[in-house]
Amino acid sequence: MRSNLRLPRLSWRFIPVWQRNYLVWKKLAIPSILGNLADPMLYMLGLGYGLGSLLPDVGGMPYLTFLAAGTVAYSTMNAATFEVLYSSFSRMHVQRTWDAILNAPMTLDDVMLGELTWAASKSLLSGLAILAVIWGLGLYGNFWMTLWIVPVVALVGFCFGGMGLVMNAVSPSYDFFLYYFTLVITPMVLLCGVFFPVSQLPPVVQGVSAWLPLTHAIDLARPLVVGRMPDDIALHVVALLIYGSLGYVVALALTRRRLLK
Amino acid sequence: MLKARGLTKKYGDTEVVRGLDLDVRRGECFGLLGPNGAGKTTTLRLLLGLIEPDAGSIELAGIAVPRHAREARMKVGVVPQMDNLDPDFSVRENLLAYGRYFGMSKAAVAARVPTLLEFAGLTSKADAQIAQLSGGMKRRLTLARALVHDPDILFLDEPTTGLDPQARHLIWQGLRRLIGAGKTIVLTTHFMEEAERLTDRLAILDHGRLVAEGAPRALIESHIEPAVVEVYGEGLGDWMRDHAAGVCQRFETVGETLFCYTDHAEDVIAALKQAPALRYLHRPSNLEDVFLKLTGRDLRD
Repeated sequence: MRSNLRLPRLSWRFIPVWQRNYLVWKKLAIPSILGNLADPMLYMLGLGYGLGSLLPDVGGMPYLTFLAAGTVAYSTMNAATFEVLYSSFSRMHVQRTWDAILNAPMTLDDVMLGELTWAASKSLLSGLAILAVIWGLGLYGNFWMTLWIVPVVALVGFCFGGMGLVMNAVSPSYDFFLYYFTLVITPMVLLCGVFFPVSQLPPVVQGVSAWLPLTHAIDLARPLVVGRMPDDIALHVVALLIYGSLGYVVALALTRRRLLK
Repeated sequence: MLKARGLTKKYGDTEVVRGLDLDVRRGECFGLLGPNGAGKTTTLRLLLGLIEPDAGSIELAGIAVPRHAREARMKVGVVPQMDNLDPDFSVRENLLAYGRYFGMSKAAVAARVPTLLEFAGLTSKADAQIAQLSGGMKRRLTLARALVHDPDILFLDEPTTGLDPQARHLIWQGLRRLIGAGKTIVLTTHFMEEAERLTDRLAILDHGRLVAEGAPRALIESHIEPAVVEVYGEGLGDWMRDHAAGVCQRFETVGETLFCYTDHAEDVIAALKQAPALRYLHRPSNLEDVFLKLTGRDLRD
């Protein structure tokens, strides 16, 4: 029991796991990219132009810009979450790929770090695609400043990858993931300022929102899009790091209990 | 090559492995036999350092496990009970990806792939997807995958369960080649024939304890009479009452069949001549008789 709770031992051996996922992804890269990117982009452009044309400036910027900045974080969150829920679960539970890897000189710590870094990498692509649209449509204030969005997106992917791994650890089947989407992801999308400013919410709800990881992600991404240094950078970065690392550590303990019985 | 002392593993209040001592010598094929739930798979997982024992010590290839399990597993190949080949990869890619988990360079694995494919008889299937393989091919690929880093010792958990006789013989051939090449093999099975054919020594495990250990032939000779006559048919009850105790050293009835264990089968057969309605099968005793004697005939689930 105690051994399940010991802290992760990180090693570079996670790389072959990352590489395994990358090689599989590469085979189906085009449909995967389209599937991952089309959806958030359509929402962003549809709502941004359709709804945006009816609206005055939101949060001091055109609605399309406001929404694009939110979508960078939102799309990254979704991509990372889907990867560690459905795809990691397939590899762990259905295909037993993890079992095979664990018979090699690999630990669960390595396997899950590989999964986490892979989810972060894949979601980076989703975030970057939205960033590319922002560049293409000239929605940014200062091009050089938008480059800071790249590490932000990587951090957001790490954060939600780590959190999602906890669900992966406790889920009996794919159906269970719906709870996570209904109870965690969707509320966050509505509370964290993707579609409208958090300031529109009742003060109590704003208080809750301030604690949510997606809020921190958006508080970093949105100022960078309009060409401003975000406030409280350290706070947001640390918050995202804590959510992601804590998720990884808890998920590891729970998965040890699940697999290494 | 492998040494375990006082190995104990508990799950809650149930002791799955109770004070097990095991010794496997270099170059030997060692069998771990036992009914379902006897603790075979748990023992293998303990030996590999995948789970931690509650008590006892393990030395695998000279390395303390689980403390240095990572280093120890560098020298071990594992064929698990259930196929867990990577369905997202082709046959060749499975071998390539698996080698990297051992820290091998791409070139080093690629150089080994032709040999491994040849060993598995899958050279023509190198680019096939896993779903296209038969059960026997999958097992052979799993065996080849376990050899990717050229391990000294090989663990196989029920390597031929679910295979047809042709496929099973192919696996046996492969294992004999490996034994010939000096590999140490530890295998669990509940096919007595498999254990008798392949293993130099074996241990019978029941309720997490060792109940017998030795070479298959020696176990048969020391635990059981040399011949068995199985008798069944109309009037078995009468014959048993009148003759069984006289001509059998030991006998037992299982369902409608009498198992008569004896040094002198000809006396039993002579006695059977007086009851022509009875049918019988006369055979030399085998490992299965030893196994059933030691672990009982009750169903385990």
